[in-house]
Amino acid sequence: MIDIVINVTLLAFLAITAVATLHLTNLFAIVMLFGIFSLLSAGLFVVMDAPDVAFTEAAVGAGISTVLMLATLALVKRPQKPYYAEAPRAHRPWLPLVVVVITGSALVYGTWDIPGFGAPEAPAQTHVARYYIDNALQETGVPNIVTAVLASYRGFDTLGEVVVVYTAGVAVLLLIVGGAQKRRPGPGMRGDQMRPNLILHVIAKFVIPLIILFALYVQFHGDFGPGGGFQAGVIFSAALILYALVFGLDVAEKIIPSRWLHKLAALGVVIYAGVGVVPLLLGGNYLDYTLLGSNQVAGQHLGILLVELGVGITVASVMLILFFAFAGRARK
Amino acid sequence: MDFFIGHYNYWIVIFLMMVGLYTVISRGNLIKKIIGLNIFQVSVFFLYISLGTVEGGAAPIIAEGVEVYSNPLPHVLILTAIVVGVATTALALALVVRIKESYGTIEEDEIHNLDHSL
Amino acid sequence: MIIDILSWICLLAGGALGIVGGIGIHRFPDFYSRLHAAGITDTLCAMLILLGLGLQAGWSLAAFKLALIFMFLFFTSPTASHALANAAQHSGLQPRLDSDEPEVGS
Repeated sequence: MIDIVINVTLLAFLAITAVATLHLTNLFAIVMLFGIFSLLSAGLFVVMDAPDVAFTEAAVGAGISTVLMLATLALVKRPQKPYYAEAPRAHRPWLPLVVVVITGSALVYGTWDIPGFGAPEAPAQTHVARYYIDNALQETGVPNIVTAVLASYRGFDTLGEVVVVYTAGVAVLLLIVGGAQKRRPGPGMRGDQMRPNLILHVIAKFVIPLIILFALYVQFHGDFGPGGGFQAGVIFSAALILYALVFGLDVAEKIIPSRWLHKLAALGVVIYAGVGVVPLLLGGNYLDYTLLGSNQVAGQHLGILLVELGVGITVASVMLILFFAFAGRARK
Repeated sequence: MDFFIGHYNYWIVIFLMMVGLYTVISRGNLIKKIIGLNIFQVSVFFLYISLGTVEGGAAPIIAEGVEVYSNPLPHVLILTAIVVGVATTALALALVVRIKESYGTIEEDEIHNLDHSL
Repeated sequence: MIIDILSWICLLAGGALGIVGGIGIHRFPDFYSRLHAAGITDTLCAMLILLGLGLQAGWSLAAFKLALIFMFLFFTSPTASHALANAAQHSGLQPRLDSDEPEVGS
């Protein structure tokens, strides 16, 4: 009973936030509402027994996405007040409304035959999921079934995903970085840094090492609890983004030069693909971790560890590349 | 009544999807379109995760004393989808920045007029 | 039994404070007063809820993790409020004082 109440309340809040995003015209407020929407959906994912997904949605949606949208807003704001207003729409929205109503009705008609929410005999629960739940621990030695499926049973899809993240980083580099000379701030000028603020400096110095430690914990504990490479990469990059925000972009770029970031991003993809090539050389299939160790469980465990490491390195570097690209563009 | 309790989840999720789709189609500001697209994406994730829940089930992490687990397969697919979603959002935002620098505006109507007046 | 009652009180008090903070954010007239209301939600509401959950968890790993979350929030929530107020001050937003209001009634 209380389950239904929590579900309905969270979904109602989500619907209200989505409709408010539709109606408001201040872009800044809309971006903040989007962050709230992401965080609420992360809460709803936890209620639906999906902690891994909630973790990723909170880190990626309410973290990186909101930061990138705010950076974009800083770059595309209008030159005079009101800075963040959206121009009023000239056309009447009858055709979009008709399209949306027709699509919505078709989808609702489609859900008429779906088994109810949570039914154990639904087709989704009976097929291959049964095999994963029963055999993942014996075959891979990893208690977190989601990590086992992600890194081992469906490892090829995750390789594609890492390559997609890397491609996005490369594409943003091509679009935004490069071209005009960066203006160097003269002596005595602070460039685009914040005014030195003692409280923020002290707290940031205290908190950033803890965030990095937490990222490492999430990375290596992803086999036994919710976590894994993606979440760890995003949290690690969040620590360095915090450093760049508080102490200035120039100081942050001295700590992690861009050349290193580009190479680290590629290194993660190479680690992942390389772990796949080694079993090929030993006579098995691509990404067959069984041949990496002395027996099947040891090999699978080692393979999953290395693969998640590659994922974490690439995701952290690409998120940092994205942030430095957007923030560096604002310097011109 | 049972039918309603079993299905209201899906209907609210479809409503969220339609709000996102309507934002993409009917609003002219490029950043608002991107946010509408993200709302659409997140509600599709909800649909998948709702299809994968099992009543009385726990998170799919093998632990002592738990008999019923939720379906891990939608979780894996949605994890991939979330990360791919942020990659495409970042790329879309980079394109918006370049459009602003070329055309001077991010409103769809003004870009259309500028394109056709050249 | 006592633990249950104590944790119920903490959770309900935390929830009530959250609602009070939310009403405050909605009803206060000025940015700085709204920031104060949001600060209540961040600090005391979160702490009471964490305390209530910790009482339910007993002496276990979950209680230790809750204590770590509590320490983290204890340091970062006031900093967030400070950063917001600092940014507003730097942009030139002045607090709305009593002397600005025209006299109403007697």
